[in-house]
Amino acid sequence: MTVDIDKTAGPEDTPPAGPEAIRAIPVRHYGRYFSAAVAIAILVAIIYAFAQGKINWGAIPDYFFDDRIVKGVGQTLLLTVLSMLIGIVGGILLAVMRLSKNPVTSSIAWFYIWFFRGTPVLVQLVVWFNLGLVFEYINLGPIYKDYWSSFMTPLLTALLGLGLNEAAYMAEICRAGLLSVDEGQTEASHALGMSHSKTLRRIVIPQAMRVIVPPTGNEVINMLKTTSLVSVVQFYELFRYAQDIGQTSGAPVEMYFLAAAWYLILTSILSVGQYYIERYYARGSSRTLPDTPLQKIKANMLSLSNRPAAGGGA
Amino acid sequence: MTAMVKAEGVHKSFGPLQVLQGIDLEVKSGEVFCLIGPSGSGKSTFLRCINHLEKINAGRLYVDGELVGYRQKGDKLYELKDSEVAVKRRDIGMVFQRFNLFPHMTALENIIEAPVQVKGVSKAQARERAGQLLERVGLADKARSYPSQLSGGQQQRVAIARALAMEPKLMLFDEPTSALDPELVGDVLDVMRDLAESGMTMIVVTHEMGFAREVGDSLVFMDGGVVVESGHPRDVLTNPQHERTRSFLSKVL
Repeated sequence: MTVDIDKTAGPEDTPPAGPEAIRAIPVRHYGRYFSAAVAIAILVAIIYAFAQGKINWGAIPDYFFDDRIVKGVGQTLLLTVLSMLIGIVGGILLAVMRLSKNPVTSSIAWFYIWFFRGTPVLVQLVVWFNLGLVFEYINLGPIYKDYWSSFMTPLLTALLGLGLNEAAYMAEICRAGLLSVDEGQTEASHALGMSHSKTLRRIVIPQAMRVIVPPTGNEVINMLKTTSLVSVVQFYELFRYAQDIGQTSGAPVEMYFLAAAWYLILTSILSVGQYYIERYYARGSSRTLPDTPLQKIKANMLSLSNRPAAGGGA
Repeated sequence: MTAMVKAEGVHKSFGPLQVLQGIDLEVKSGEVFCLIGPSGSGKSTFLRCINHLEKINAGRLYVDGELVGYRQKGDKLYELKDSEVAVKRRDIGMVFQRFNLFPHMTALENIIEAPVQVKGVSKAQARERAGQLLERVGLADKARSYPSQLSGGQQQRVAIARALAMEPKLMLFDEPTSALDPELVGDVLDVMRDLAESGMTMIVVTHEMGFAREVGDSLVFMDGGVVVESGHPRDVLTNPQHERTRSFLSKVL
């Protein structure tokens, strides 16, 4: 940050009393000018290339709020939320199993994580989808019995495929979170007469959340994008609808752009949500919470309006 | 006076490491009992055995006449369930060297947590009592502060209030002032002195010889997992009988 010196060197900024501010000629970073020029040139070239392509840009706004697209967005969100729910609940369960003193439950959890993390989610989805080839019926004794094909709907296939896979990742995230909480917390809680489960629920998990939430936010965003894979199990969501429209309207690439834009919008909204959740779980961990964007804007406005009075210079 | 804590030949080892090698002592009800000794002498471990944070390997340990961690039926010992251990711990308050306040809760929330969650006291009632306790430790204005906003001495005083909120009959202090800046030690010791005057039974592992001499009713010097010397603090501190005690005291006093 050597350039900063330049800023304080202005005569109007010199404090009335105190040491004379340093006035030095800043170092010229010619390498930076060069690399900036190269980067801009490449960017312009890419934009130019796309402008030259035979892309019917008008098709994108035409279909942006098409009923099928809007429905697809809804299905994508539904699938994301439900799969993450399965993932989070399963993940917490697996993490607690993994950390338990019972060797049987901890090995089962280890095996589950090993299996579901070690195989691609696309393969898992296809396997769930095709299990009907090996099981004709689903038979839960007296409770439920049906043909496999009518039991395993596309939604259920997608949920199982995504949710169970996600649970394996969430388990590792939760385990890291639980391990991050100081042992003294558990001891203090036990010393107060609190049971294991209360200690976990009231003391350990709320503190583990600070470590768990950021990577979980990542997982949600990842999940939103991974839902595009479920078109292979005949579940209709944003990507599948966009593909279908592309084939019938004769603008396939444009529809992929449209889908990409929707995914970007959704992930951006999720990132904002993540920021606020992280802020909530940071309470007590730092002396002052970081400002929310709204508070930042407010503070900036205030400092702007105060500037002439406080600064008084120039 | 009845014995609040009674230890008979208490042994504790961590793997091959023998930490306690036969501790016999008795803490009377209402007494301030100080444990001193070099680090690694087993005094903190012994304290943790009293509320069963550590399991003892041999001997017997009684709190208020009841065996710690076990139930005796005939000549057989049955291990207590976790929930039964938890019930017994309600009566024993513990204050840790590193405070161990719950960082995600305010001072007030820290104090009402156990009464509300464990004893089922109503929130309003617990809050009122917590307010009194905070006043007693001189922190009435810090109820809404998070631990990270408090100094070490303030945190430790909140920790004491948190332990007192369960209305224990015995308080264990595990080097409560060792992690504090020297100028903050006094406030915590004042609170402990106050508590001693109110008649609380206290077992204090400490390096504060001044506090032991002034407030303590009994003092035990431990080294190498055994009790080397015990007696009234004034006698032991001013006129130690054992060579080991003498050399330890010459270094810390």
